Amino acid sequence: MLSRTADHLFWLSRYIERAENTARMLDIAYQTSLQPQSVEESEQTWRSLVSISELNGLFGAKYSAINARNVMEFMVADESNLSSIFNCLRAARENARAVRGALTTEVWETMNQTWLEFRRLLREGALARDPSQLFEWVKYRSHLSRGVTVGTMLQDEAFHFIRIGSFLERADNTARLLDVKFYRQEQAQGEPEAAAHDAARDFYYWSAVLRSVSGFEIYRKVYSNVIQPEKVAELLILRPDMPRSLSHCVTRMQANLKRVANPQSGETLRRVGRLEAELAFGRIDEILADGLHPFLDGFLAEVADLGVRISKDFLA
Amino acid sequence: MQTAFDEMNAAGPTGGLTRAHYESYARWLADQPESLMRERREQAELIFRRVGITFAVYGDKDSGEGTERLIPFDLIPRVIPAAEWTSMQAGLAQRVTALNRFIHDVYHDQEILKAGIVPADEILNNAQFRKEMMGVDVPGGVYSHIAGVDIVRAGHADGSGHYYVLEDNLRVPSGVSYMLENRKMMMRLFPELFVNHRIAPVAHYPDLLLDTLRSVAPSGVADPTVVVLTPGMYNSAYFEHAFLAQQMGVELVEGQDLFVDGGFVYMRTTRGPKRVDVIYRRLDDDFLDPKVFRADSQLGCAGLVDAYKAGKVTLSNAIGTGIADDKSIYPYVPKMIEFYLGEKPILQNVPTYVCREKDDLAYTLAHLPELVVKEVHGAGGYGMLVGPAATKAEIEAFRAQLVANPSNYIAQPTLSLSTCPTFVESGIAPRHIDLRPFVLSGSSVRMVPGGLTRVALKEGSLVVNSSQGGGTKDTWVLED
Repeated sequence: MLSRTADHLFWLSRYIERAENTARMLDIAYQTSLQPQSVEESEQTWRSLVSISELNGLFGAKYSAINARNVMEFMVADESNLSSIFNCLRAARENARAVRGALTTEVWETMNQTWLEFRRLLREGALARDPSQLFEWVKYRSHLSRGVTVGTMLQDEAFHFIRIGSFLERADNTARLLDVKFYRQEQAQGEPEAAAHDAARDFYYWSAVLRSVSGFEIYRKVYSNVIQPEKVAELLILRPDMPRSLSHCVTRMQANLKRVANPQSGETLRRVGRLEAELAFGRIDEILADGLHPFLDGFLAEVADLGVRISKDFLA
Repeated sequence: MQTAFDEMNAAGPTGGLTRAHYESYARWLADQPESLMRERREQAELIFRRVGITFAVYGDKDSGEGTERLIPFDLIPRVIPAAEWTSMQAGLAQRVTALNRFIHDVYHDQEILKAGIVPADEILNNAQFRKEMMGVDVPGGVYSHIAGVDIVRAGHADGSGHYYVLEDNLRVPSGVSYMLENRKMMMRLFPELFVNHRIAPVAHYPDLLLDTLRSVAPSGVADPTVVVLTPGMYNSAYFEHAFLAQQMGVELVEGQDLFVDGGFVYMRTTRGPKRVDVIYRRLDDDFLDPKVFRADSQLGCAGLVDAYKAGKVTLSNAIGTGIADDKSIYPYVPKMIEFYLGEKPILQNVPTYVCREKDDLAYTLAHLPELVVKEVHGAGGYGMLVGPAATKAEIEAFRAQLVANPSNYIAQPTLSLSTCPTFVESGIAPRHIDLRPFVLSGSSVRMVPGGLTRVALKEGSLVVNSSQGGGTKDTWVLED
């Protein structure tokens, strides 16, 4: 297929995935803010959201206070924020429009309608009225995009580039989510192990992380145990059967990359394979002993490198 | 030629006497409550928007929905009886065949100029004449593989209606996607109508198109790779480009996806370069190749014209077809048909005054309020005067332009274009229509029955262009 087409498909799915992940994180923050908490805690919650996306500078320049309303406005509807859900859904639709011939009618119509509907919802004040419902809507539109892609598209190159984009973006997002939570905790309390002193608070804290990746029920099912940070980390990093874990994302990325391999892509495949092996044979106690933050930092760098390599091998 | 002719009602646009081929439809229509028709219209609009059947408005690059407009779709079909279509089809095939022969002649021996049938300077000094094409042989000698011929019907004093060719579009005619989508929409909104009428299908157009394109591949290419070349997603007809590529199952490429190497044209793919054999280009000649035409064009591909002239790739339509659909050449088409085919034209031209001729100019200047005057190189309904609809001041302003540069204009009597009942805001009312059938020429000449019917939605307006408030209708050719 055309390199330009592959590029649009890759980004189309990245943007949809990013919109979904942003909605997930915002929803959890919003739900958390409904629990009793101090002003500092609340501010911390919203601040961490902005830092996950590395948008502190842009946010600070536009808004004077970090609070629920401002952060939600910034991350959902702000046109100047390239990572806002608004811009993600617009970019997804624009990428789809550029290659609508390579998509099935259903996929294109889903992308087009998501964008048209989202604008209508914003115009009608859906964000102020019921943020959770809007986030839920974004999530379900992403589910629909994925479902209609898997359910209607020929499993050819176009399909594989769409999948590569989804899993690359998801790996990045899950890693960032974990990193911010753990980093904050490591900084505040020296070592993650020391976190156990406030069991109730910890429970809400980590269950929020799990819920943001639809992992709460999965955790219970897998561990049949109380919520423990290191198990949460294990689930989201190493469990190959957890659909939003780093291991799962990298395995899927590798499988799809193999299907589109070309003469230039040997090194990219080697690197994704190495990353896959690291996760497949990794142990959470070892990772934590070396420090979670350095691990996740390294992982994010690897993912970014894969993104650049994919562009160079296939999309240029 | 001044009598109103209504496609449905023999007694005139507002008064009854349903024509035979509309009878069953009219009965059905009379039974539909207006509220239902309104509901269906809203439904149609919603679907068109969701499907993204939009056209971009010129000069606007914002990516929001605001700059992508829908072409209004009218619910009431234009119906053509089988016998009329049979004769029109023969006329179209004849006309397009002659036009293709003419283009070939112009770029080879120029016999029609030598015979004095078309004035040589009309050709050789025409901005549409591409000297680069002199002596270039194209596959099968066919130049305009996809032609859109605009046809209108006008009423005569005896109550009959006659078809006239208003213009030939031999470069990059558009609109066929609306023909196809309109039919799909009608079948979705009113399936019962398709049970009760024998309506000739049109959905196989992309198949015929692909077959035509493959049939004009460079010789020796057994399994040609066909692509559609678009100027990009901000072009007003982008939807159609993407639609046709998808329907044919071929790549939709932009200029940046193509390059020339060793005389052949390739596209950049995820698996390396892939050779391209036939390019259905939806891009004007001027933008095709910065090395030959406009140097500032970023839409084309450097070296494309050389590869084309060497027969390594087919451009569809060929370069230089504009010489045959220029309004200054139009008056000579009936004579071309006789010259090349030795046949009488089946389809008539609208009588035309060529303002470069002294007598014709004098007549035109004396009759401006009754005439339609067109720029010979204009398109899309711009740069024209519709005498009966113009104010005195507008006529005088136009007179000055005309006197200053007469050879830039032709004039035609104001045709009383036929009307067709149309569902407008105020209910069902007559509106003027035209018809654009799409004629495919490759190893044979083929077309699907009917074409795109455009309708001037403003009361009394004769301008059907979508850029100026025109809409479209489904077009039914009824089988006997």
